[in-house]
Amino acid sequence: MEKITFEQLQEEMYYEKLSNGLDVYILPKKGFNKTYATFTTKYGSIDNHFLPPGKNDFVKVPDGIAHFLEHKLFEKEDGDVFQQFSKQGASANAFTSFTRTAYLFSSTSNVEKNLETLIDFVQEPYFTEKTVEKEKGIIGQEITMYDDNPDWRLYFGLIQNMYKNHPVSIDIAGTIESISHITKDMLYECYETFYHPSNMLLFVVGPVSPEEIMGLIKENQGKKEYKNLPEIQRRFDEEQVGVAEKKQVLKMNVQTSKCLVGIKAANPTESGREMLKKELSINVMLDILFGKSSENYTELYGSGLIDDTFSYDYTEEQGFGFAMVGGDTNEPDVLASKLEAMLMEAKAGRGLTAENLERTKKKKIGAFLRAVNSPEYIANQFTRYAFNDMDLFDVVPVLESLTLEDLKQAASELIAEERFTVCQVVPKDKQ
Amino acid sequence: MAVISESIKDMKGYKLHIVKTEKFKTNTIVWKMKAPLTSEDVTKRALLPYVLQSSSKAYPSTSKFRSYLDELYGANLFVDVSKKGEYQVLSFSLEIANEKFLSDPDPLLKKGMQLMAEILVNPLAENEAFDKDTVEKEKRTLKQRIQAVYDDKMRYSNFRLVQEMCKDEPYALHVNGEIDDIPQIDEKNLYEYYKKAFAEDELDLFIIGDVDEAEVQSIAQDLLQFEQRTPKVVEASKSVHVEEKTVKDKEDVKQGKLNIGYRTNVLYGDKDYYALQVFNGIFGGFSHSKLFLNVREKNSLAYYVASRLESHKGLMMVMSGIEFENFELAVKIIREQMEAMQAGDFTDQEIEQTKAVIENQMLETMDTARGMVEVLYHNVVSRQNVSLDDWLQGMSKTTKEEIVDVAKKVQLDTVYFLTGLEADK
Repeated sequence: MEKITFEQLQEEMYYEKLSNGLDVYILPKKGFNKTYATFTTKYGSIDNHFLPPGKNDFVKVPDGIAHFLEHKLFEKEDGDVFQQFSKQGASANAFTSFTRTAYLFSSTSNVEKNLETLIDFVQEPYFTEKTVEKEKGIIGQEITMYDDNPDWRLYFGLIQNMYKNHPVSIDIAGTIESISHITKDMLYECYETFYHPSNMLLFVVGPVSPEEIMGLIKENQGKKEYKNLPEIQRRFDEEQVGVAEKKQVLKMNVQTSKCLVGIKAANPTESGREMLKKELSINVMLDILFGKSSENYTELYGSGLIDDTFSYDYTEEQGFGFAMVGGDTNEPDVLASKLEAMLMEAKAGRGLTAENLERTKKKKIGAFLRAVNSPEYIANQFTRYAFNDMDLFDVVPVLESLTLEDLKQAASELIAEERFTVCQVVPKDKQ
Repeated sequence: MAVISESIKDMKGYKLHIVKTEKFKTNTIVWKMKAPLTSEDVTKRALLPYVLQSSSKAYPSTSKFRSYLDELYGANLFVDVSKKGEYQVLSFSLEIANEKFLSDPDPLLKKGMQLMAEILVNPLAENEAFDKDTVEKEKRTLKQRIQAVYDDKMRYSNFRLVQEMCKDEPYALHVNGEIDDIPQIDEKNLYEYYKKAFAEDELDLFIIGDVDEAEVQSIAQDLLQFEQRTPKVVEASKSVHVEEKTVKDKEDVKQGKLNIGYRTNVLYGDKDYYALQVFNGIFGGFSHSKLFLNVREKNSLAYYVASRLESHKGLMMVMSGIEFENFELAVKIIREQMEAMQAGDFTDQEIEQTKAVIENQMLETMDTARGMVEVLYHNVVSRQNVSLDDWLQGMSKTTKEEIVDVAKKVQLDTVYFLTGLEADK
């Protein structure tokens, strides 16, 4: 077991790679009541075209299957695992993103038992035709719920504008039609491909003894047999650099319009520290451009074009990336053209000053301290970083090292008119 | 050992609550002010904190003000308006890095408290009036905030249920106020209301973090002093005549939203309040509950179905998203679960499981500074003095008999269904 110390933060973390390939991280948090653990596989909604182990042909699976599998893992022959967790005083949950599926629990007692339950339920799939059919009704309602949510429709509408071929544009839950094709055999095939320990990461954070927790995990894994898995082969169709659509307007039953401007990143291929630096550069740049202390924000808010739902964000994973800016507005077209103009000015260097950089660095460092108060944040983000060969605890040093040149370079690389796109939600009775 | 130790000090016009803890890398400062919810004041009150947080005398524009927050290592300031029973509560929260985790020895806690005081007592105002521009901007945003409730159908249907259920009670008022009131508000009458609120509201300041109590007290004393007051108390009326009703709205939606309101006839601080907590947990509070198992797992009717308590008003709300044609079936299943609760049709194991999960949830809440403030504030609202340890003990001692008794007190009041335009044709 390796011990990693973060002096400034006064934290220690323990790490070991087990013989079956599983990465285990433990971060003791003194004074906390809660232990939070996540067991995550590097398998998300974009992994829909792959080579199953021992086969010669690639398969393409229905949209929404990774998320469906997440739901189904909770069900066992003798009932569902939620029951087991609540008997042990814990609450359990799971989520599926573009690139990951995470299973988690949090509890303030029976930590060892809960941890064992977590590992075992994820490593013991049990699917039958009958339970697969039953789940289609539940997930169908989940999909319909999102259909009525204008912010979700706006977000996915924008991603669909950007990507023509890349599966990031597919809704994580799929559609009612696509999930109707899912069978138990398909679920097993996905499971066998992506749920091998060598493709997974276990993170435990809480008031725990690292030696005991590591001992328990090793004993648990020692009892299970895993064949070595060849490297997972995923296939992605070629994606064009420019956006698929410049604009999309969704008519919905809303009173206030919504508008997001997106920028598709030009085929990002970085990982590791390079990716971290780029990601932080873009985030700092967006903060300087659109944060509440910025000239742009003052102008937009002052003229009534935005309200406090306004936000901005940059997402990047290997193979895709995008920035988005916007929120509720009464004048979606005016807002879109203003935001685009502001972005183009930033590309030319406007607002990117040393003073703004220093102030924003301080802001980001404070935000990081706030974030590491949260066990959920540490576990979820650490896992995401690790899957991209980055280290969450490098955030502060890399932030401190950022220069104006880094920001200008990030701006000039990211911002390009042909990679802009707009998605709007407008009231049905208007336009 | 106590789960947390809160020290409460009587200050001039307000109470100072300090929770000293080493678990966080930040310090949290929360100012709360509460007054009875009334239709005359609700909208002004909803606007006030947003005007105050946008500038001050020393930082006369939002960008100056926000730049200063950035300089303070991104101190995070936000305001919130909420309902606690028949009170409207304004909260101002500032979370700021603890300088011991920074290479820079700036005394951030003191600066954070100074900034909080600056917003509260030194607003951008002249001649008994706020800055006109700021008020106009925030009026516009408030209007959009009120409208936004309509666009999120989950929130909207919950709001509609409360509106129908509590028709003649202040609780029916929306926490953000009414659009129609907004045009009458101006920089003068809002300033007048500001003075009134600071003269009459019940005021509380919470400081959570690795702080020195004496130092915090002395800083607070220097910065914040108000006239003494006797806060207004709303006597909660429990004996509302309940007549079951069903209300349906039709809208252009894909999923029906089923919201059911019950009167629990039990308030925070009542002796059967703990039994009510356990009851709610078994009925619909968790993923092992009767609602989750029967509506979702057995019948696949919904993705989400849950019940939650409004402890200061004596209400329990069930919410779920279902297909339009499943309305009757879902209501029937939910009713059956309530009957089962009242008939004592639940096991000791369900009781134990629920107690364990409630305790877990409560302890987890204490792992966030905001959670602590919310829990401690229950005592302020209910004029009680229940420590967390008492709370946990009271809850864990609850018997099956008590749970059945409390279940029998629960009355269904209103079934609300937001359904589609095409439904029932």
